[in-house]
Amino acid sequence: MRKAITTGFLIFSALTCLWGQALPGAGPGRAGRGGGGAAAFPQRPPGDPAVAARGRAQYGIHCNFCHGSDARGGEGGPNLLRSDIVLNDQKGEGIAPIVRAGRGEMPSLQLTNEQIADIAAFIHSFPVNNRDPARFAPPTILVGNAAAGEAYFKSTCVGCHSVTGDLKGLATRYVDPKALQNYWLMPAGGGRGAVAPAHLKPVTVTVGQAPASPTTGRLVRIDDFVVTLALPNGAQQTFRRDGEIPRVVINDPMQAHKQLLPEYRDEDIHNLTAYLVTVK
Amino acid sequence: MTLKKLLLTASAGLLPVLLSAQALDPSVLTKPLGSTDAWPTYSGDYSGKRFSSLKQINQTNVKNLTLSWVGKVTPGAGGGGGRAGFGGSPVIIGGEGTADPNAGGGFGGAANIRASILQVGGVLYLSLPDNAWAVDARDGHEIWHYFWKTKGGTHIGNRGLGMWNNYVYMETPDDYIVCLDAATGKEKWHKEIANFNQQYFSTMSPIVIGNHILTGTGNDLDEPGYIQSLDPETGEVQWRFYTVPMKKGDPGVETWGSLDGAKHGAGNVWIPGSYDPETKLYIVGTGNPSPAYTNPQSRDGDNLYTCSIVAVNVETGKMAWYYQLNPHDTHDWDSTETPILFDGDFKGKQRKMVAHADRNGYFYVLDRLTGEHLLTSKFSDAANWAKEVNAKGQTIRDPKKDSIVPGALVSPNNGGATNWPPPAFSPNTGLFYVPTNEAYAMYYLTETDPRGAMGLGGKDETGLGSLGSYLTAIDYKTGKTVWKHRYPGLGGNVGNGILATAGGLVFAGDAGGNLVAYNDATGKILWHSHIGNVSNAPETYTLDGKQYILVAAGDTMFTFCLY
Repeated sequence: MRKAITTGFLIFSALTCLWGQALPGAGPGRAGRGGGGAAAFPQRPPGDPAVAARGRAQYGIHCNFCHGSDARGGEGGPNLLRSDIVLNDQKGEGIAPIVRAGRGEMPSLQLTNEQIADIAAFIHSFPVNNRDPARFAPPTILVGNAAAGEAYFKSTCVGCHSVTGDLKGLATRYVDPKALQNYWLMPAGGGRGAVAPAHLKPVTVTVGQAPASPTTGRLVRIDDFVVTLALPNGAQQTFRRDGEIPRVVINDPMQAHKQLLPEYRDEDIHNLTAYLVTVK
Repeated sequence: MTLKKLLLTASAGLLPVLLSAQALDPSVLTKPLGSTDAWPTYSGDYSGKRFSSLKQINQTNVKNLTLSWVGKVTPGAGGGGGRAGFGGSPVIIGGEGTADPNAGGGFGGAANIRASILQVGGVLYLSLPDNAWAVDARDGHEIWHYFWKTKGGTHIGNRGLGMWNNYVYMETPDDYIVCLDAATGKEKWHKEIANFNQQYFSTMSPIVIGNHILTGTGNDLDEPGYIQSLDPETGEVQWRFYTVPMKKGDPGVETWGSLDGAKHGAGNVWIPGSYDPETKLYIVGTGNPSPAYTNPQSRDGDNLYTCSIVAVNVETGKMAWYYQLNPHDTHDWDSTETPILFDGDFKGKQRKMVAHADRNGYFYVLDRLTGEHLLTSKFSDAANWAKEVNAKGQTIRDPKKDSIVPGALVSPNNGGATNWPPPAFSPNTGLFYVPTNEAYAMYYLTETDPRGAMGLGGKDETGLGSLGSYLTAIDYKTGKTVWKHRYPGLGGNVGNGILATAGGLVFAGDAGGNLVAYNDATGKILWHSHIGNVSNAPETYTLDGKQYILVAAGDTMFTFCLY
């Protein structure tokens, strides 16, 4: 067990390091703000307009709705222009795995390498060091009162968490306050199909009750008619459901966080974030 | 093939028109669903109820409901015929674009039938973006397939086809309406209905009323919404009604910070409205104002007629009344969800009403003759964005729940408490059935320039998950939820469209890939079949004296009946 925990922690650390690199605002990207001088980042050389035009058509079909016509985010989808994956992508090779596999609420898109390369060319045709000041994200989301946040933490969170225990070094792992705030609000992520960070416990389900011996495992799927769980040995087991029989109890590690959603005032959230950014 | 001559008094030219046996008799369109054998228009009839008087399948025997046939469609021009029992009919190709005819079925490459499917004379007419089919309703055999080579545009879905006599109409994502011969699938003509360069995209099911074809469009930039009426024979524009003020002095212009703001204020109409033949009013919900998430000075005010129910005279294109549900929306919560027309008692008085469950989590009932407000209630327990329901029954936003720099915790999320999947209403139970989702998100403002963003820009949304997705049944008389069935599991989505029948049944796809029949009064589950992720609203019709249930899951249609 000790080994498993250690490995889990290492994976978590690796992930947070990656995220740390990806956090907006961490780099020198603001250098060009308001200035009349050279761009902060070298721009990509102009590509073949015919390729970008093909990509624009494909983007319009598959991407536009969620990511917006200017790739700055749209109906549910994030801004692509400042995505680390897009920034590191050359000809679609970086975005292809996500396009194919989907991510969070994003469906998997069955596109050819050529189509993805065309889409990449279109996205890369936007200048990324746009000097329109309107296009810069606000410098910080931090507006809260750290002392009030600490008081809130002591009244609401200490039942499960400790800043010297499980949360030690939190603000070092999440250097961007917005990423930190999103993380503590819902550590498992919120989108449909979101993948929880490796250190979090999975959702489990227990089927059946005494005198029959109940079965517990990781929840794979559930509807009104069946429930499937994964046993510790990796095998899956499915039970038919008929109303309340058998008894099914879901154990969601995020339940406490979900129950707080209707309770928070926005001030609580902002204050708690102001406090947690001090938990280095 | 038997041909019969029919004089169409509704036709403007009063010319005799030859109709095939499969043509749609115009009188069928004005009859309530279930009183004829057909499903001839988007909601089955003009009322939007999606309630059929058919009761061959009922609470007692639904447990014996069984598969009749399965049929799969293959979009594109690649000659997909022959799969899943389809005969290989040649694909008819049209279109103005350069798209690869062998490409897949639109959004995400995967075919997902979101459309309502017409059933007329034993033939099903269905669509995907850029694709239309006629399919034999008796076994799913493909009769014809039409493919439109697109210029592009958002391929989020196609809501279905419209039919007039022996013509079938389809909107395309690149903003054309295409008129097809119902018997052969051959194109008669196509017309541009919106400007592609202005980033309109067209998904709506055309609605046929008399000699009017009504169209609508979507736009996620800042272009104005409009309803357009076209001549069914030629496609010529009869009238155009803008949902926002377009010139100085237009009514409602005072509810915008500037005329330019109004003209770039969106309010697009992308889900069909309902129609009251008695008053000739087409009653439709309008989309959100734009820019969707920011508050530039040009958008100061209530932003008429966005997020409203508007009643437009179908002959003149003039607005008879409006009721704005959600003044100055700031969350991209369109009010396009189907308005449902019904008659009944309201506080001791017989009323002709329209009811609407909004993406914003609230339910509204109006008098449909006048637009008089009757009731507002909250059907999403989680909705937390409104400061008050004012004296007129309008939901008034709390500006603190706009997208703000440090983030505002808001429910619903952008997808909404409900969305385009059609609701239903049963006059037998008096219940309004609506798919609902209680999701939360953090809304961060990223555009602090007072000019605001364009379109959907200017905010960053982080989903925080859902407290549950439900099938919710609302009593129109009180606005209270009488029952709600939670779909098991931890995910949340806006769910699937609904069908109600006089057999005491409600049919809907659940979140787990099942088509489920519920007791309409209690929500008790009576039957189900696991067919994969249901993608449209179930429908019902009669064929050879037998009642069928039709539903789509992805690229596949399923029909069920009793043997």
